[in-house]
Amino acid sequence: MSKIHVSTTVNGDEVEFLCDPRETLLDCLRDKLNLTGAKEGCGTGDCGACSVTLDDRLVCSCLVLGAEAEGKTVSTVEGMAEGESLHPLQQKFIEYAALQCGICTPGILVATKALLDKNPDPTESEVRYWLAGNLCRCTGYDKIIRAIMDTAADLREAS
Amino acid sequence: MALDEPKTTDFKYVGTRPDRPDGFDKVTGRAKFGADMSAPGMLHAAILRSPHAHARILSIDTSEAEAMKGVKAVVTRADFSKNVPFESGLSGEFWNILENVMAGEKALYDGHAVAAVAATSALDARDALKLIKVDYEVLPHVTDVDAAMASGAPVLRKGAADSSVPEGLHPNVVRYHESGHGDVEAGFTAADLVIEDSFVTEATHQGYIEPHACLATLGSDGKGELWCTTQGHWHAQKVCAALLDLETSQLRVTASEIGGGFGGKTTVFIEPVALALARKANRSVKLVMNRSEVFRATGPTSSTSMDIKIGMTKDGKITAAKGVFCLQGGAFPGAPCDESAMCAFAPYNLENVLQVGYDVMSNRPKQAAYRAPGSPMAAFAVESVIDELCKKLNLDPIDIRLKNAAHTGSKSSFGPRFDAIGLVETLEAAKAHPHYSAPLKPGQGRGISCGFWFNHGGETAVSLALSEDGTAQISVGTPDIGGSRASMALMAAEELGIPYDHIRCTIADTATLGYNEISHGSRVTYASGLATIKAARDAVEKLCKRAAAKWGIPEEAVKWQDGFAVPSGPNAGDFDPIPLKDLTADMGATGGPIVGHFEASPEGAGVSFATHLVDAEVDPETGKTEILRYTVVQDAGKAIHPTYVEGQYQGGAAQGIGWALNEEYIYGDDGRLQNAGFLDYRIPLASDLPMIDTVIIEVPNPGHPYGVRGVGETSICPPLAAIANAVSAASGVRLRQLPMSPPRIVAALKNQSNG
Amino acid sequence: MQYHTATSYENAVELAEAAQGTIRFLAGGTDVLVQLRAEIVTPDVLIDIKQIPGAADIQCLADGSWQIGAAVSGAQLDEHGTLKANWPGVVEAMNLIGSTQVQGRATLTGNLCNGSPAADSVPAMLAANASVTIIGPDGQRQVPVKDIPSGPGKTTLKSGEVIASVNLPAQSASGADAYLRFIPRTEMDIAVVGCAVSLELDGPKIAKARVAIGAVAPTVRLVESAAEGLIGSTLDDAALAALASAVRDACDPINDKRGTIEYRTHVAGVLAQRAAKIAYQRARSKS
Repeated sequence: MSKIHVSTTVNGDEVEFLCDPRETLLDCLRDKLNLTGAKEGCGTGDCGACSVTLDDRLVCSCLVLGAEAEGKTVSTVEGMAEGESLHPLQQKFIEYAALQCGICTPGILVATKALLDKNPDPTESEVRYWLAGNLCRCTGYDKIIRAIMDTAADLREAS
Repeated sequence: MALDEPKTTDFKYVGTRPDRPDGFDKVTGRAKFGADMSAPGMLHAAILRSPHAHARILSIDTSEAEAMKGVKAVVTRADFSKNVPFESGLSGEFWNILENVMAGEKALYDGHAVAAVAATSALDARDALKLIKVDYEVLPHVTDVDAAMASGAPVLRKGAADSSVPEGLHPNVVRYHESGHGDVEAGFTAADLVIEDSFVTEATHQGYIEPHACLATLGSDGKGELWCTTQGHWHAQKVCAALLDLETSQLRVTASEIGGGFGGKTTVFIEPVALALARKANRSVKLVMNRSEVFRATGPTSSTSMDIKIGMTKDGKITAAKGVFCLQGGAFPGAPCDESAMCAFAPYNLENVLQVGYDVMSNRPKQAAYRAPGSPMAAFAVESVIDELCKKLNLDPIDIRLKNAAHTGSKSSFGPRFDAIGLVETLEAAKAHPHYSAPLKPGQGRGISCGFWFNHGGETAVSLALSEDGTAQISVGTPDIGGSRASMALMAAEELGIPYDHIRCTIADTATLGYNEISHGSRVTYASGLATIKAARDAVEKLCKRAAAKWGIPEEAVKWQDGFAVPSGPNAGDFDPIPLKDLTADMGATGGPIVGHFEASPEGAGVSFATHLVDAEVDPETGKTEILRYTVVQDAGKAIHPTYVEGQYQGGAAQGIGWALNEEYIYGDDGRLQNAGFLDYRIPLASDLPMIDTVIIEVPNPGHPYGVRGVGETSICPPLAAIANAVSAASGVRLRQLPMSPPRIVAALKNQSNG
Repeated sequence: MQYHTATSYENAVELAEAAQGTIRFLAGGTDVLVQLRAEIVTPDVLIDIKQIPGAADIQCLADGSWQIGAAVSGAQLDEHGTLKANWPGVVEAMNLIGSTQVQGRATLTGNLCNGSPAADSVPAMLAANASVTIIGPDGQRQVPVKDIPSGPGKTTLKSGEVIASVNLPAQSASGADAYLRFIPRTEMDIAVVGCAVSLELDGPKIAKARVAIGAVAPTVRLVESAAEGLIGSTLDDAALAALASAVRDACDPINDKRGTIEYRTHVAGVLAQRAAKIAYQRARSKS
């Protein structure tokens, strides 16, 4: 079966890979580019652990084919920190213990960054609904929501 | 083991809330979970699973798959050990696991593994599965617990019952439990009101977001390496070795970061399969389950059918309590019927109590532990009846629980007398909490429930090595499932007297420490914590010895104070105290490396109680329940890292909410699982839940140097009943079946208005 | 499986005609990829239509009607203020599907072509009297959305035909729509019942009405008897009772893992009343 050659930009880097047409963007990120930050929790778009942005649009990378990334821009959790400085959300998630096992954390961080880029002042309810597709089984979401609300407030103050 | 009086005050590090050591890796995506590891030349594997609930495997033809390009190995049951004996009950657990990992003569449930392939790509491995031909003779099946016990039910396997089972029961009943004390019949006669009811709960899944995953390497020399997501890698080592005829010590197992377990990763499913494929292909093999496989073939909890009878006097004294707990545990023995029975009435100080449990096999996946296995369902049934009694007798539900509460020194429902326990304190704190007196609107209701879990100690080994610069590294053997590396470092900091961030705690592999039991039974902060404290004390003793030698005084004349060796007794003040880092700086010359260690099976785990409060609103037109407010009050003994204790309380409550309202295994008439995905197995979403308030009670456990009790499991015991009681208060109907899904609530409301 | 990127709808049709075996057009992919992954449908040929010029555009035509390209995502609809003000029911129905992430990809066209009786956006499109523009081997045709679904997972689309756009009529100055669905959680579930109501008022009285229901029959259904009962009323209690009763009469659901016949039928009536009240309120607030 012939493979497809894909050129795309991931976290600012131009990358190329060969993929089977059936392989998802998540498969390609993890298995071909060794970017294992995005996780496969379900493979059906129900858990959000594979969240990335594709041309600045939040998507589940398990519901995008690798071939569809041609010419696009992909951002993953690995691209969130700048140099040695963590993104404020990353910092606050550690501070608030907004993670336990950490498997959902990359997806939640990517999804939340997309929210705050769009809406710097979300209500608690807006945050909860925005993240409805990011399952967390450990925390009951309490500390996650608090960390996000506090980060958003900090970012508003800083801007 | 001799235990000192617990230290309960004057902590410097314990009780603070520092950042967790694994936080940075987890927020940057670099933390390595089960599926994140690769090896050079690695193959990918996939498992073929039975589409039938019960079928004889007449033949398996793997020839076409083997001939496919890219396929490097195919395994079936023939590739596993022939030396694992079948024995009854849990005595035959290795056989049970082997039979579950790869079917033998029969496929016993929808999703049961029958063959596996390793190939050069994951797609090739999946494609190759389609080329394997299995000839099945489909057999009658049974998935319901009551049906599986009834005469005429299809027999899964004769001889599986252990010696506890009385004569005359169906062969699917594989264990029987009976315990209690007093005379329940006399107790019921003395009651002013007796309520007897039946309850049913569906199986739920632990629902960890990370599917099972492993990377295996094994050669014909019998030496292997296994990387896997697990709650217990020594257990995985032992079981895999047995299933593959390896020497245990020749298989080194490393635990990955674990993306949730909740009991479901206390056993093995794919690890022996990956090893068998690796051996056959002589290549490393990665095997990752997809979500559907996780639901079909791993760890659900038991479904239950329960009968409860409780008698009470007009003033709220419980005169007698009786419970029968039938647990369906899938196609193997092991459903926690003993635990259901023993936890059911544990919160109450009863004169007359009788509890009976049945472990029943059916054509479902082998049940696995799920957070306080057996206890939440029993609490649902018992605490629902208590609530009804309170309602009918017009008594306050907290006052009645206080009146009958188990307390320090009282005889437990399951036998022994309780040591120091904190149930009364949780009830008093719940009563005093503003939540309990907050006003409710029409259509809203408040529920309360207590819950109990034993907690566990178990085999534990910890090593603590000091570095020349005066920092310390701890090796523990219990995978970190709730922030335990932070807790271990805090306890070591407390003992050594050096800052928290001068300590690094690592989960060691099986070659590095002695046997460590699984991270289960809420045992990690208790047992590994105790071992860490003892290992630190061992290191401190060695440090004191070095200081004594420097000073030329007896070892006993040196004490350890806040990170310094200090001369004491007759030598007090004779020398300047020496800080830890000065003793480690030249340790190579003063006697060699300083390492503290501790190995034991501590048995003072200290039971834990909780009381939960919940407000719910029910839409009478659609039957939909909204959780408005939730408060967890639980005894932690001593909260080492309070934030992670809160996290355990909140997580348990959230899982309980899912169990109560929406989560369930749904089987069709064909015995196939109909909702093997997160779309229709509905775990709570961020938008489904309110903030979850927590109150940490600290009644020290005398079995731990700082008074720690396990906290991870008790938090899931009260929610099912607390929510059922809130739903009953809000809607006016009592739901005796979980989940309390909208169609069931609407049907109950309709029945009530018709009746 | 082969993967093609179509450059125009005509090109997509050519690719489909030239292909052998199972063909799927790929827009948002939120159904196609799930079915691919679960090996329910592994297409031999997958034709991506997202790169077709105009496929991701929302256009308001001169007569006030709307043309929504086949690759327009739910998130794009949500971000389009005017469209949302015109047809709030259609937009909210689309936005109820899946997560924020799914909204970044999923399309009205895909939701329709998937053929699910429980598709959220389809009752809303039916109530809005939407049509689709189909391009196929025989050229272009315009078909009411009502005529597309033909059974669970089935549509009336012919081999090689692709939907190029969903077309919504111009909204009346006194019209509004609403869609509600019932799910056990707050998000992420497939509708147990869905109901859309579109109304046009004459003063306080309902002049025109369309009512559509989902997940209660083999296909999404337009309930004309329910609409007739509303016309001429001010959505008083009698009209609401008649509405619920007509909707329940039109239900022909199944028992499955998501709900029972009895429950679905009951809730369909409840949702119809609630959706009608919202649509009525919206229309009233325009005048």
